[in-house]
Amino acid sequence: MTDKNHTISIFVVNKPGVLMRVAQVFSRRCYNIDSLVVSSGFDDRFARMTITAQGDAGNLDQIKKQLSKLVDVMHCIEHDDSNSIIKEMALIKVGFKLTQRAEILQIVEHFACKTVDMTNNSMVIQATGDSAKLDAMIELLRDYKIIELVRTGKVLMARGDSET
Amino acid sequence: MNGAEALIKCLEMQDVEYIFGYSGGAAIPIFDAIITTKTKIKMILVRHEQGATHMADGYARVTGKPGVVLVTSGPGATNTITGLITAQMDSVPMIVICGQTISPMLGKDAFQEADVFGISLPVVKHSYLVKETEDIPRIIHESFHISNTGRPGPVLIDVPKDISSAEAEFDLSPELDLPGYSYPSYGDTEIIKEIAKALGKARKPLLLVGHGAVLSKADAVITKFAETLNCPVVTTVLGKGAFPETHDLSLGWLGMHGTAYANKAILECDLLFSIGSRWDDRIVGKLDEFCKDAVKIHVDIDPAEEGKMVVPDIFCCGDAKLVIDELTGYCKKLDIDDWVAKCMKFKKDFPLRAPVVEGKLTMQEILKELDRLTDSNVPVSTDVGQHQMFAAQFMKTRKGFDWMSSGGAGTMGYGFPAAIGAAFGRPNEPVIAVCGDGGFQMTMAEMATAAIHNLPVKCLVLNNSYLGMVRQWQELFFDNRLSGVDLEGNPDFVKFAECYEGAKGFRITKSSEVTKVLKEALAYNEGPCVIEAVVDKTDNVYPMIPSGAPYTKMLLEAPTEKLEKPTGST
Ligand SMILES: Cc1ncc(C[n+]2csc(CCOP(=O)(O)OP(=O)(O)O)c2C)c(N)n1
Repeated sequence: MTDKNHTISIFVVNKPGVLMRVAQVFSRRCYNIDSLVVSSGFDDRFARMTITAQGDAGNLDQIKKQLSKLVDVMHCIEHDDSNSIIKEMALIKVGFKLTQRAEILQIVEHFACKTVDMTNNSMVIQATGDSAKLDAMIELLRDYKIIELVRTGKVLMARGDSET
Repeated sequence: MNGAEALIKCLEMQDVEYIFGYSGGAAIPIFDAIITTKTKIKMILVRHEQGATHMADGYARVTGKPGVVLVTSGPGATNTITGLITAQMDSVPMIVICGQTISPMLGKDAFQEADVFGISLPVVKHSYLVKETEDIPRIIHESFHISNTGRPGPVLIDVPKDISSAEAEFDLSPELDLPGYSYPSYGDTEIIKEIAKALGKARKPLLLVGHGAVLSKADAVITKFAETLNCPVVTTVLGKGAFPETHDLSLGWLGMHGTAYANKAILECDLLFSIGSRWDDRIVGKLDEFCKDAVKIHVDIDPAEEGKMVVPDIFCCGDAKLVIDELTGYCKKLDIDDWVAKCMKFKKDFPLRAPVVEGKLTMQEILKELDRLTDSNVPVSTDVGQHQMFAAQFMKTRKGFDWMSSGGAGTMGYGFPAAIGAAFGRPNEPVIAVCGDGGFQMTMAEMATAAIHNLPVKCLVLNNSYLGMVRQWQELFFDNRLSGVDLEGNPDFVKFAECYEGAKGFRITKSSEVTKVLKEALAYNEGPCVIEAVVDKTDNVYPMIPSGAPYTKMLLEAPTEKLEKPTGST
């Protein structure tokens, strides 16, 4: 089976060690975690983890069951674009010569992003949206000098009445 | 009251009878509380922390109650890891309490600091690092709850010394705070009815009963179920006793070294119904050929076992006892007399063999006689190796909680301390440990523990002067190149036993002595004994299905041609 990207939302009790336990379920089965976002929910006894991971799809079912079984895990659900909103944010620091500045700003405008810092030879762009959009924009910015790039990793929420 | 005293009080509330322990700096406050609380709980001082964990494990496997271990930080705590994985792999309830350096020193490489919370994460059901003294009662009660509900397992509690020493006001029966923890009980009635239907259609059904059935105390219910259906039963090595092996419908246990008749039945059945077995790789052999055309049904309390190895046609998540009890109500006698007759014929045609060869003492003949003399009715533990397989074959088990063996982890050094723990748990019964000369030497220092408490543990050391099971693999798969298996320099095991006050040593060197010496050893109940049997050095265990091979490749005796290297793991 080919490796595929999977996005999983895990609702956990906010207890010490829970992140290690969750990470271990993946690593023991040779899954590579691509991105991981953890923060407490609106009730701070609980936390939300959104994990994107790559690996054999056959193992994924086992991973979800093993995650659900952890004492501190409330539930764990796999999501995709069709049933949920999946977004991420990137901060991109681009260096430029003055002659290039207008071109870069055009790209920023095209992707409906904004600049959050500017000097006479660099700017920081804040980009939010689907991962594909971020990828496309970063691709265009490669023509200039990307000094640093930070992506948050995916966060998601199920649509309508479904639970995240 | 300080934290340590609250801890001991809570253990009392959980009906703990024994703590298997070894002290040290970070644990002194907890050991002190055993005295200051005047608790009824008895502290059993072991000789190595690994021994303590296996004692707790043996205690748990014969009583169904969690065994409790108390050790100090650093090396004391890390010495429990082997015992933890042994318990985790076999779903044994156990509580391991570790002392830890004081909280302000955590992470500073303090003396005897080990991040045992981190080190043990993959081998526990759950674990705690205690941060507030007031939390101790809740954590103790939660640990027992987690350890022995659902699929049981070990729980580790790491207690920094300042936390155990601090005085506080305690609520000794606080509410548990486990919002993420739940476990199944009854199965889904619709699915159970579906199982009944599938059974009704089967022509050659077979029940496969595992450790889960023992743990759920389902033995009586399963016996009634099998009798209602008139269906043959195989068990796993750890399922021994979940269905009486002395019963007509029993085909013994299956797998790599299982009985030929169980394995033949597996090859022919058209429905295989697993009750609390996890389809371990030493059972299924070659996964894609295992019972390929048979309908597979699986009942398990652990939802994550569904489809982990074998993908069943019907899966029912629930407690074995409750599910089978309900299912029996929907079942009646099956019209499968031909099949039952065929299984009985397998039993007759391919029996286990205990050859008595002139001038050669075999493990089989000794175990067979021991089984006869004890009427298959004593708690038995084993170590790991050839003797373990022979013990499983020849020592029949009649009921649940009478059989202890490290099935999942295959931990050498398990057998003797497990029997000691069992002797504490079942005080009026003799307990038998069957060990190899290799494994016994890993934990034989616990003879002191057994001798001090005058425990009637009978440790049969089947001495072939080799790491026999490994030697067998080297002979069969590595052109008999023996590497690192010769146990030259073994001690005199009889003298070893007798250097402990109250312990006795016996020796068997030839077939004619077997009955007499075993009888003498069984009659000695004033303390532990070692029965050393000097057995044939190069005997091999059969039947054998090479690891990763299909059941059709089962060997009933030594192969005449060279075997291919096994494709399975071990
Ligand atoms: C702690 C540990 N180390 C190594 C092994 C690998 N191993 C499995 S069986 C075996 C040989 C056991 O020899 P012995 O105790 O003499 O028993 P025998 O097979 O001869 O009956 C070994 C080394 C193991 N199972 N456990």
